[in-house]
Amino acid sequence: MSELTLTLLRLGFLALLWLLVLSVVAVMRRDLFNSPRMSRRPATAGVPAMSGGGGRSQPQQQESPPLPTTLVVTAGSLKGTTIPLGQAPILIGRTPESTLVLDDDYASGRHARLSLRHGVWMVEDLGSTNGTFLGRNRVQDPVPIAPGAQIRIGRTVLELRR
Amino acid sequence: MASARTASPRTGRNLEAVLIAVAIGLAIGAYALVGLGVNDALPPGMLGYGAGLGALALVLHLAVRRFAPYADPTLLPMAMLLNGLGLVMIHRIDLGLGKSFTESAAFRQLMWSALGVVAATVIIIWLHDHRVLSRFTYIAMAAGMVLLLLPLVPFIGKNINGARIWIGLGGFSFQPGEIAKIALTIFFAGYLVTARDSLSLVGRKVLWMQLPRAKDLGPLLAAWGVTLAVLVFERDLGTSLLFFGMFVGLLYIATERVSWVVLGLLLFVGGALAAWQLFAHVQARVDFWLHPFRDDILPYSTQIVQGVFGMASGGLIGTGLGEGSPWRVLYSASDMIFASLGEEMGLTGLFALLLVYALIVERGLRTAIGARDGFGKLLAAGLSLTLALQVFVVVGGVTRVIPLTGLTLPFMAAGGSSLLANWMIIAILLRISDSARRPAPEADGPLFDLPVDEIPPELQDGSNSQGDDRDQYGSGNDQETVVVR
Repeated sequence: MSELTLTLLRLGFLALLWLLVLSVVAVMRRDLFNSPRMSRRPATAGVPAMSGGGGRSQPQQQESPPLPTTLVVTAGSLKGTTIPLGQAPILIGRTPESTLVLDDDYASGRHARLSLRHGVWMVEDLGSTNGTFLGRNRVQDPVPIAPGAQIRIGRTVLELRR
Repeated sequence: MASARTASPRTGRNLEAVLIAVAIGLAIGAYALVGLGVNDALPPGMLGYGAGLGALALVLHLAVRRFAPYADPTLLPMAMLLNGLGLVMIHRIDLGLGKSFTESAAFRQLMWSALGVVAATVIIIWLHDHRVLSRFTYIAMAAGMVLLLLPLVPFIGKNINGARIWIGLGGFSFQPGEIAKIALTIFFAGYLVTARDSLSLVGRKVLWMQLPRAKDLGPLLAAWGVTLAVLVFERDLGTSLLFFGMFVGLLYIATERVSWVVLGLLLFVGGALAAWQLFAHVQARVDFWLHPFRDDILPYSTQIVQGVFGMASGGLIGTGLGEGSPWRVLYSASDMIFASLGEEMGLTGLFALLLVYALIVERGLRTAIGARDGFGKLLAAGLSLTLALQVFVVVGGVTRVIPLTGLTLPFMAAGGSSLLANWMIIAILLRISDSARRPAPEADGPLFDLPVDEIPPELQDGSNSQGDDRDQYGSGNDQETVVVR
């Protein structure tokens, strides 16, 4: 085989190597431009879809309000964190197994649980030391969460949003 | 692109398959080029090599497709590429040394690749949830320590080339430190996830820095002590740098306190200086690093010097695979494989490989960001850190940035234990990334850590204005809500 062909093959090899590297980079770009915000619209039928971009209408006008879709931390060290709500219950506490791992000295290891029962999100205390509060009331057994109601666990305040 | 984006959440498995195919194509191409360069003919084993590599990749890909469908699609192709190119380079050095196939290092490496892929497959199938690993935090610590110190046990431990990091089992030798790496990462992650609250408490302020409390220094000092023991008794600078660096890095990630990094660096520099003063073998390593060309040192530092000359003769695009003479360097297939690659693939090839390592580490750190539990975050970050540090130590050693140590270049260097351990690391990362990228049941997309601009503006002002919230979202309860600020 001639020297020229060999050199061309060699350069082609290096070019292909870089092509692979660059295509991996291209795949990674999706992390930036296909962020959760863009892909948030629920694809499944179980969760009612938000209507378009500015779809946060006034929910108090509706008779049977749609299920909340996110759990938002409104105060505490995790302020600003959101968790999508599905069918699965959400365990809140300091243990790493929790869905929402609190970094809060006043929270217990397994503090509280949110679960969807009969189409309503309920909050229950799991025997925590400092208690779980819905509004001003201390929660023991599962209590339905009204939209906009604030759940307080230690220094953390949570809220359900649509 | 647009049509693929709309449907159900993308798993990226088909993309992974395409990338794997390209990676294997590159490895086969490299194999063919080696044959053309050395013998002027296409190598006879080309199809066999490609089929073998393809079978390994297929097994792993199918396992991922079935058991971890949302795993990161780029990790597997990149690992496969590095493993494949490493095999080719080892084979090329075997050719240069005139070894027959069955006694060649490439054959052994191929066996170990198969074992590594099997181990990775087993992990992906059996480990349904990485959080299970956090149950074994302290068992992992004990296992890691035992594995790390196993080479010091008489009869089992073997001293090869001045470093006591091997154990002999029957006919073949194994570096238990490589597996210890994974065990200790599990321990660090499990320990720090529970201890980070107290470790991030601040103590006295010195200059501009908030120092941690003095009584929290225990774990750092313990890690430092073990690291120094490895350095002194096993004479292995690389492993000690790897473990200490990983511990300090994870401590930083867990606590977000720069002071830990500063303290860790000071401790390491202090320990390294002390070791340099006290031990002749450390002094020799430093001399090889700083003055490899000096007349009285040159007879001992030939390995580094030849490696540097090899890379220099490679230049920008290399001599071409099979055209250089990398086998002249001592341990050109294991410790010095980076120099061998540099000679035949040039700076262009080396940068591509370094970028692949950087991308693997980036994917690992991205997985850590996406992971929904603290343990998973720390584990993914720790595993990526080990890979990053290991590449840094090896490449830094070969290019004379830091003293040369006996670590292996992940996936590429000849060495079974390292290959096995790195495939296990990739498998665990795939598992974590699967759970990080898997849509939450019924909702989609991991939304755990949203950037600040995703928070509705009424929450950003820090005033917890309940009144506004009620107006905007409607509130069923008329009670006043209590908010602790």
